[in-house]
Amino acid sequence: MFDRRSFLQRSSAGLLTALAGSNAVFADVETDNRLVFILLRGGLDGLHALPPYADRNYQRLRPTLALSMADKVVDIDGYFGLHPALAPLKPLYTAGELLFVPAAATRYRSRLHFEGQNLLENGSGTPYGARDGWLNRAIQGFGGEDRRFGLALGPTVPLILKGDAEIQTWDMMEPTPPGADFLYRLGQMYQSDPLFRDALQETQGEFKPSPDRLELPNSPTQSENFDLAAQATAELLARHDGPRIAVMELQGWDTHYDQARRLHTPLAQLAQGILTLKDGLGQRVWRKTTVVVVSEFGRTVAENETQGTDHGTGGLLIMAGGAVRGGRIVGKWPGLGEQDLFEGRSLTPENDCESMFKSVLIYHLDLDRHFVENKVFPNSSGMLPHRGLLHSS
Amino acid sequence: MQDIASFIALNRFGLGAAPGDAARVSRDPRGWIKSQIKRRSPLPQSLARFHASPDIMLGLHRAQADGKDALTSAIATAMSRDFTPEIAARTRAMIETQTPFAERMVLFWSNHFSISTAKRFVGPVIPAYEREAIRPYVFGHYSDMLKAVCSHPCMINYHDNALSIGERSRAGKQARGAGDGALLKETLARNILELYTLGESGDFDPADVTDLAKAISGWSHGAQRLQDDPRPMHGYFEFNQAFHEPGAKRVLGRTYAENGLQEGVSVLDDLARHPATARFIATKLVRHFVDDTPPINAVERITRVFQATEGDLAAVSAALVDLGEAWQAPAPKVKNHYELVISTYRATGHAPQNDQDILDPLRSFGQMPFSAPSPAGWSDRGSDWVAPEVLMQRIEWLRRFATRLPSTLYPETLLKDSLGPVALNTTRASVEHAPSGEIAKAMILASPEFQRR
Repeated sequence: MFDRRSFLQRSSAGLLTALAGSNAVFADVETDNRLVFILLRGGLDGLHALPPYADRNYQRLRPTLALSMADKVVDIDGYFGLHPALAPLKPLYTAGELLFVPAAATRYRSRLHFEGQNLLENGSGTPYGARDGWLNRAIQGFGGEDRRFGLALGPTVPLILKGDAEIQTWDMMEPTPPGADFLYRLGQMYQSDPLFRDALQETQGEFKPSPDRLELPNSPTQSENFDLAAQATAELLARHDGPRIAVMELQGWDTHYDQARRLHTPLAQLAQGILTLKDGLGQRVWRKTTVVVVSEFGRTVAENETQGTDHGTGGLLIMAGGAVRGGRIVGKWPGLGEQDLFEGRSLTPENDCESMFKSVLIYHLDLDRHFVENKVFPNSSGMLPHRGLLHSS
Repeated sequence: MQDIASFIALNRFGLGAAPGDAARVSRDPRGWIKSQIKRRSPLPQSLARFHASPDIMLGLHRAQADGKDALTSAIATAMSRDFTPEIAARTRAMIETQTPFAERMVLFWSNHFSISTAKRFVGPVIPAYEREAIRPYVFGHYSDMLKAVCSHPCMINYHDNALSIGERSRAGKQARGAGDGALLKETLARNILELYTLGESGDFDPADVTDLAKAISGWSHGAQRLQDDPRPMHGYFEFNQAFHEPGAKRVLGRTYAENGLQEGVSVLDDLARHPATARFIATKLVRHFVDDTPPINAVERITRVFQATEGDLAAVSAALVDLGEAWQAPAPKVKNHYELVISTYRATGHAPQNDQDILDPLRSFGQMPFSAPSPAGWSDRGSDWVAPEVLMQRIEWLRRFATRLPSTLYPETLLKDSLGPVALNTTRASVEHAPSGEIAKAMILASPEFQRR
């Protein structure tokens, strides 16, 4: 169990380092609204997090993975349901503070993780199309002087926050030992080199690179770290002179095998993290908060031979917070019929992530629309800010 | 990196590819290595500020005279003042160096003439010993390095040669009068024959060891004297005639007439020229630069050059570069922990924030500089460096290291700059399919190709 007292002790030290390194002057900020951006690295399977459990094609395409009421899916509208690990979020949905955008995708259409993540983070519309991140460019729209509006949780600043605007970092996380997923990948890579292969196998004892021998990919340390990051985010964002935009990251989504078992933990971590944010921000700030959860791409609609799913296109975007007009499924739903699929394998990307992002920047953070179109998301004029995501739009 | 030759030049002969290295090397990999062969390589600037060994030594001798407690605390002080900062600076110099072949040669010869902090008294002096007795000679003559090493107060102390007393010397006669037995110490002599010249399989017998020990009895420092000796204490090498065994000595069939200090010098010169020495050194060098199992032809060639040039290490080094065998397999050798840490920092252009960033991994892997398990130095065989437990520690460190890399260092760039054409398809696929850039970078660093050279 996570010990809250130890967090508070560590947290005050962490805040000191975060703020001592900053020579920023906290003048009055121009927006009082908060944005928390949660990056799920690895490609979240939206159909597993928000299963269209009532769809016959869904059940057909996923003989072992499909969730049904028997798996304690939490019904939302008779068609979609919540994965049981996300059940703690149901009250938010009911209260109108949580919405889902299925079949969401960035402009990325290939299937490489870090290309997809790079595009998602640089905002230019092509992988490696910009050396800085779109949230950093957005921050530069807040005004002349550098006020450290951005906050990165973790040892490094992710690309999405990289750029000319100075960013605060908060890193009190315990180093995580390499997870079983990483070791599994290494085991595969080491097949080319008997010396390394045998040594690695020996450290694993009975471990063989076969899916059914794997431990859960996310260690307790990672769970603690994500919750710790959520607590720190809330504590810092709640300050009237603190940062306004925070980026958190959570790994463990690349479920090519054994997906049902492996996704449970990260989904539960995500749900807990969002609740921790709400709890830590307090009602007053939560009302001004938007949480955006997004992954670089979705996964195949059909399950593969190892009870997992492979890289796909249409994914799932989640928004939470008091500023969100929630309790809804947002956007077009392409369906799961054979003709409906993208490239015959993926959920068709009907809803542009960039439209959602622009909407948040313009209506939630009050950034100038031309600035957003020209500087933050250049080359994206075809993607209009999605109206109606927020109470303010 | 475009070609395998560049990879070999930068990794097997260098200390890993740093960003921009490939461009400097690719035109002429062999020429790039050879251009670093300078008769007297300059000392890296960052090491110039450290104390010379006589200063450190004298402090220790004085403390020793004050008693055990004084010595213990003097050693602790000197370790944190002289040893730890210098090994961190030395490692940093190797991360930043533009002449990695010269630095690799420093590592090789320093390991060949290994001294360990296990002997607490000499610990603080070892980095200075490397700086004074190894560095200046890596492209000089082997006999000069051998003599510099064997007469360095650090080596003298390491093997207690200052306590070696010839039976018929003045000190020996006094000791006999006091009822003490034979006090000749043979450790340094045995190491000279076994580890520094002829090698373990060398053709010598116990009598050779004893007579070499006699020849170098009296090779001492400035704090081990007879009671009536009026000379002041100092931290330099000193030939102490009162401890020296008088008379002729016979080593490897050759008789050396009594000649004081010069006797030992002559024996060392002859040993450095001995054909078995040439073969032994050539085998070690070929093992280091070609393969754990040294190809016989390559050993022959290096042996011949060593002999023909009377141990001219500039010529020998150049001959190593010219070995066809060195340019065949891209990465037959496994990096030891020290090389792995250095090359990881080089590859990522990620400067260590502080000394602990350098020393912590070395400590946890068990390869702090100058702590080899025996005077034979660290192993030069791959299997000793990827034993299961320590492989996992390497992986953990590399995985954690990758989390600290800037997100703007793209995996493709790292892969191209550090492995280039040497990356196997399995590795490329693993990197390509990694679920995040951070994990992709960890995969590159933990790949067999990166952990090899």
